[in-house]
Amino acid sequence: MKKLSFLLIALLINLLVFAQEGYKVGDKGMDFSLKNIDGKMFSLASVKDAKGFIVVFTCNHCPFSKLYEDRIIALNKEFAPKGYSVVAINPNDVKAEPDDSFEKMQERAKEKGFTFPYLVDESQKIAKTYGAARTPHAFILQKQGAELKVVYIGAIDNNSESATAADKKYVEDAIHELLEGKKPTITSTKAVGCSIKWKE
Amino acid sequence: MLKKTIFFCLILFNYQIVCAQNAKIIKFDELQNLLDTKSDSIYVINFWATWCAPCVKELPAFENLIVKYSSKKLRIVLVSLDFATQFEKKVLPFLHKKQIKSEVWLLNELDYDTWIGKVDQNWQGNIPFTLIFNNKQKTRLSIDKAVDEKELEKIILPLL
Repeated sequence: MKKLSFLLIALLINLLVFAQEGYKVGDKGMDFSLKNIDGKMFSLASVKDAKGFIVVFTCNHCPFSKLYEDRIIALNKEFAPKGYSVVAINPNDVKAEPDDSFEKMQERAKEKGFTFPYLVDESQKIAKTYGAARTPHAFILQKQGAELKVVYIGAIDNNSESATAADKKYVEDAIHELLEGKKPTITSTKAVGCSIKWKE
Repeated sequence: MLKKTIFFCLILFNYQIVCAQNAKIIKFDELQNLLDTKSDSIYVINFWATWCAPCVKELPAFENLIVKYSSKKLRIVLVSLDFATQFEKKVLPFLHKKQIKSEVWLLNELDYDTWIGKVDQNWQGNIPFTLIFNNKQKTRLSIDKAVDEKELEKIILPLL
């Protein structure tokens, strides 16, 4: 009986927790129309001559997101001219985390000198569709014909504390491979980050 | 006399709890050994960090659980994902200030992708995250969100 009730609880929790859908590598990535910090709506289709995108779910408050801000800026600087620009999306519920408000996003982007769109996913639909679980959480999309294909999901590199100490630069390496016409060697990784603050 | 003894025991009991606070830095193999234990006990492994607000908020739930069910075969380990370089400067003062009495292991493994999947294949590395298992009974479940004391108790009670 004890065991049975345990199984039922386990099943219920797993259903609740893991019922969220999300992309796997190889899936078709969805475009979106989300509000940018300049107040205008942004969609991937508006970027002319894109070969793909580095979509990063991130936010203002999370210390691990902050640790990666300079690295995301550097990625955009290196790869936007080559066809892979960064698109940052903040999916957090403002009620749960007031520091992730639209105004604070504008402030943070100005402070750090973001050179890429910083969008708000107010309904959290895009984060759910993509299967983002934490901040930061990166997705590389590659344009294949008329479609965007998910070719990498995971971490930016393998050392959150220090960019210079990272010896596996997952996103950078994957884009280099894509630019050489190859498929990324590493297509998915896991990393510690802040849970996305989902709406109740 | 009896009153005095109880009083003394209470002091001793509290003292022991206070003294039991132990925090250390570990590598993943030590955590792996714990995950592989054959012991017929309930293990609750909570992944947290001092910089994670929802994690800090739920710590008392784990703390209260261990006090409430101290007679049961229940072991709680709070695995901190703070940087090892912050252990003395930040983690130990935090534990002292919050009077955390549970076991705290700071997992010093920054190459996250090498170990997160070994803890739980469905876990993406988002914290707070809690693993509950009894290997002898082949029971295992995970919670990848913050929980309060009531929720936690509801999950653990049937297992004790």
